[in-house]
Amino acid sequence: MSASTAHSVVDAKPWTRHLSSALVILYALITILPLVWIFMTGFKTPQDSISYPPKVVFEPSLEGYVNLFTTRSRQTPEYMATLPPPDNWAEALVRDRNMVIAGPSKFGERFLNSVIIGFGSTFLSVFLGTLAAYAFSRFKIPLKDDLMFFILSTRMMPPIAVAIPIFLMYRSVGLSDTHLGMILLYTAVNISLAVWLLKGFIDEIPLEYEEAALIDGYSRLQAFIKVVLPQAATGIAATAIFCLIFSWNEYAFALLLTSGTAQTAPPFIPTIIGEGGLDWPAVAAGATLFLIPIVAFTILLRKHLLRGITFGAVRK
Amino acid sequence: MAEVCLSGVTKRFDETTAVDRMDLTVADGEFVVLLGPTGAGKTTTLRLVAGLEKADQGRIEIAGRDVTTASPTVRDVSFVFQQYSLYPHLTVFDNLAFPLRSPARRVPEPEIRERVNAIAEMLRIPDKLQNKATQLSGGEMQRVAIGRALVRAPQIYLMDEPLSSLDAKLRADMRIELKRIQKDLGATLLYVTHDQIEAMTMANRIGVIDQGKLIQVGAPREIYEDPHNVYVATRLGQPAINLIPRDLIPAGVAPAGTATIGARTEHIRIRKVAENTAQGKVQWIEHLGDQNHLHITVGDRKVTTLVEPDTDLSVDDGVSLELIKPLYFDGAGERLRAGT
Repeated sequence: MSASTAHSVVDAKPWTRHLSSALVILYALITILPLVWIFMTGFKTPQDSISYPPKVVFEPSLEGYVNLFTTRSRQTPEYMATLPPPDNWAEALVRDRNMVIAGPSKFGERFLNSVIIGFGSTFLSVFLGTLAAYAFSRFKIPLKDDLMFFILSTRMMPPIAVAIPIFLMYRSVGLSDTHLGMILLYTAVNISLAVWLLKGFIDEIPLEYEEAALIDGYSRLQAFIKVVLPQAATGIAATAIFCLIFSWNEYAFALLLTSGTAQTAPPFIPTIIGEGGLDWPAVAAGATLFLIPIVAFTILLRKHLLRGITFGAVRK
Repeated sequence: MAEVCLSGVTKRFDETTAVDRMDLTVADGEFVVLLGPTGAGKTTTLRLVAGLEKADQGRIEIAGRDVTTASPTVRDVSFVFQQYSLYPHLTVFDNLAFPLRSPARRVPEPEIRERVNAIAEMLRIPDKLQNKATQLSGGEMQRVAIGRALVRAPQIYLMDEPLSSLDAKLRADMRIELKRIQKDLGATLLYVTHDQIEAMTMANRIGVIDQGKLIQVGAPREIYEDPHNVYVATRLGQPAINLIPRDLIPAGVAPAGTATIGARTEHIRIRKVAENTAQGKVQWIEHLGDQNHLHITVGDRKVTTLVEPDTDLSVDDGVSLELIKPLYFDGAGERLRAGT
């Protein structure tokens, strides 16, 4: 058929395409607006951030970011006058408010905790999930369906319903406020999702590839690594993103089970209190920075998400 | 290359017996074709030899070694799957190199390159080596699948309908090519097909298989000319053998117990006769160019035979039929030999 034939039965009509584009753009705007607002608030001064009507055009300031990373103390003008000139821009910014920087805040530590716990539990969930899903997909396992249901049943109640038992359990075994404890907890929550998602993806990979690899002189484990894993990459990437999003954003357990060493960023950010209430620019700055790793991770793995299902090399 | 020997091999899937007490020996350097319809147990037989299925009973030996329970990895066979099973995440080159790169073999990389290039040349796909396996036509995929088997020298090549998805021209070429390669390499080859032409042209011996049982094994001519029963007789010959009830057409002295007479198309002599003495009537003539298929009605039966392209017969002509070398079968379809 020539390219000029516009009336293919499968091609959408022009107005349908315009309408769907418009809807997608509208949806994108609605979802992205709160993010844009948070991003903008991070660069406002505290006064601008709570002004009414809200300011869309404002003079950007880094005060939120400085407040996020520092603790400050208010001083008398007399004392301020005795200080030598500020040795950096952050110090100067703080002194304009009649304050001095007392030290770094805990945000860096909390952020690092989030990275360790988020990525650690994601790796563990996907690693264990892939092995379990492969076993469920390929081997004859007694009570397979019951086991799969049992795994899924851990998702049938809100996780917070078991918060108290877990809190008591963790306290008695010494896992409270530890990285390992949080990694294990998030892995336990994520693994049901990982097994179910990955089993679906691995089921789609025809058995013939592994049989071919076995005949080509590879052991089952080698065939799994060389043949199954590359083809399950799409599914593994998608699963990893879902697991990371959950453990990265998890708030309730983190609030309950961590307080110091292992506290993640989500329960920490809202506690950034300035003078006379919440320091909204600092909270927004924290939220903005908190978004970056997960956005970067998703963009890195996007190729796999979009690649779709491999097809064609096995004739059905 | 080595001898492969199956003795009393049985494989059941739940209630169905896919392979039933199979005895088959593929001699070193021999090309054996298993011929049978879909579901006859051909593929299962191959998978049993490869070790992809475990036999319920019986014994499988490769090169004198009992491999009945051995894993595919250690059996040293190669397999061409009907569904190609090319690794979709690898290029054609890497697909062909995959068996050589196995940790069990450790072929040095320069040698791998040499052998892959030689195979690609032989299969006429050297320009496709850098393509992803998914970016090939069906015929190219099938050639890569064959190449992946040929790239190394295993104890036996197992091929499951490897030519089934090629177009007619390529299939004819590949038939000759595959036979030539097998001869040159002195390869032992067990080949499964439902295509009688592939069986006739390539096999040293054909094994006709039905419902998991090996019905008859023999050289192609032997199977064609001397079938043990009706089933084997109908597997070969195009158009298929005519099965005529006894006494419909005079056919020499039939042995006692004959129920059916088998007449291959080339074994029916046709003469044009006057309507009142005719045994049959020409119903239809198919002109194929090099030959004609003549469809004749004899009473209420149909008989198909071949005639020369320049035949003077036409539709509704009366004909008389004479059978040469008829095959006699009893009521159960078993062959009855003349004089017994």
